[in-house]
Amino acid sequence: MQHTQSSQAEAAYAEKAQSNEKAREALSPQQKARQERMSVLAHAQMAELIRLWKTLELDPGCELLRGPETGLVALRGRIGGGGAPFNFGEATMTRATVRMENGAIGHALMLGRDHGKAKLAAVIDAMASDPEMEVRIEMSILAPLKKLATDKDKGRAAQTQATRVNFFTMVRGDD
Amino acid sequence: MYVAVKGGEAAIKAAHELLADRRRGDRALPAISLEQISEQMALAVDRVMSEGALYDRELAALAIKQARGDMIEAIFLLRAYRTTLPRMGYSKLVDTSAMQIHRRISATFKDLPGGQILGPTFDYTHRLLDPSLATDEEVPAPEAVNPSDDQTDEPMPRVSDLIAGEGLMEADSEEPESGCDWDEPGDLTRKPMQFPMSRDLRLQALSRGDEGFLLSLGYSTQRGFGRSHPFAGEIRIGEVDVEVEVPELGFAVSVGRIQVSECQMVNQFKGSKTVPPQFTRGYGLVFGQSERKSMSMALCDRALRAKELEEDILAPAQDEEFVISHADNVQATGFVEHLKLPHYVDFQAELKLVRQMQSEFYESSPQTAEADDTQEAAQ
Repeated sequence: MQHTQSSQAEAAYAEKAQSNEKAREALSPQQKARQERMSVLAHAQMAELIRLWKTLELDPGCELLRGPETGLVALRGRIGGGGAPFNFGEATMTRATVRMENGAIGHALMLGRDHGKAKLAAVIDAMASDPEMEVRIEMSILAPLKKLATDKDKGRAAQTQATRVNFFTMVRGDD
Repeated sequence: MYVAVKGGEAAIKAAHELLADRRRGDRALPAISLEQISEQMALAVDRVMSEGALYDRELAALAIKQARGDMIEAIFLLRAYRTTLPRMGYSKLVDTSAMQIHRRISATFKDLPGGQILGPTFDYTHRLLDPSLATDEEVPAPEAVNPSDDQTDEPMPRVSDLIAGEGLMEADSEEPESGCDWDEPGDLTRKPMQFPMSRDLRLQALSRGDEGFLLSLGYSTQRGFGRSHPFAGEIRIGEVDVEVEVPELGFAVSVGRIQVSECQMVNQFKGSKTVPPQFTRGYGLVFGQSERKSMSMALCDRALRAKELEEDILAPAQDEEFVISHADNVQATGFVEHLKLPHYVDFQAELKLVRQMQSEFYESSPQTAEADDTQEAAQ
């Protein structure tokens, strides 16, 4: 029974992963790259982001088109975990849009209230629209950030895994 | 009726200065930092975020510091702050099955795909005070076990999905007609409450509700006031991605992660002539590591589905208007605490009224009054 349960759940999983994949496939490679870039920058720790940004030794001029401004994003869960949506609270969110001197536009959107981080992320996003710069940014900023995030997750997962438990059931009685 | 009073400016100013002084406490001790509160009083921060209905650890830590550790005051501060911010949009639906797991247990299946993960729990501690924490003793790093490759990729399906796979459990909710999207959920922060309420709105209210209130109500259902025979099907705590659509770009980006606690209560059966008996469910989803509250929320959610599941409404926990109207501790504290504000004029009116009633009483029956006096003296 356990086996059928898990295989059904795995099938449901695969189906969901497939539909997510479909939604992603609709995007162009540039859009996918940008989606990932903006997400990696949003997840980054500010101190790490600044440290990596400084290694590029750039000081580009830019104009702020919007923000940085902080507001709220309403968070949506699903009834029972997979059912109809409901709002279960809000989080602070900051966004910024910049225009570089060469006309490139960059966006940033992230949880929290760090205006400096939002502006820097928008600048990096704008600069990455240049193919040559995109490679440098990927190598010097995005790849190290992704590694930091993965390492952190792995470290936590290992600590969590150490608390994995196997419960045994025992027959109670006289014999 | 509340009639405005004037004056007291100097006294109020002095009181606020005194508050600031007492909040700081003994100057010989270092001031507590927001980082210290956030790291070492993490569950207090979680509670303030949850009941303040605003996810921002730093602000919640600040609120706790400003409120001198008074949780409801801190929650009030956070709620007040959120009203100053514009709403920028809605997140996409958070996927709790794709959580970075911190803890995951089931009281219904011991061997379940993904395993039972205890995580940083108070369970199985002996609840003995630990004197070593009175000093600044070094805490060793926790044990770490690198998961095997198949464990890393092992999916962690929700227990409710496992039972639902066999048709033994009711669905999460009724699916929309094919091709249609889910109905837009209601939002308590935009529209005043109205009863009867839909389940999505009830869940929003419960998720920001007072932990103590929900705990007591959940407890009452276990003790027989609206019995619903619950099992903790699954409790999972961990971090979920928050994705937000960027209209300018036509796709969603992940803007960060939040920690949530989710509880699936599995309850006794419901069936009909057309539907075979199935387990029913209660659901809890709250900010942070707030296991007790997510469980209480799930118990209350299930109890409040009494009407939908055609159960008799006999107990307080099943009474939607009673539960939802009184679950919010900011509203509750506002109304209870307003009683301490000057009510001099109202009270004068009542004093006058009671004096008049007494004089009428004595005029109409002077003997009774005297007899009462003697009896009281005898006692």
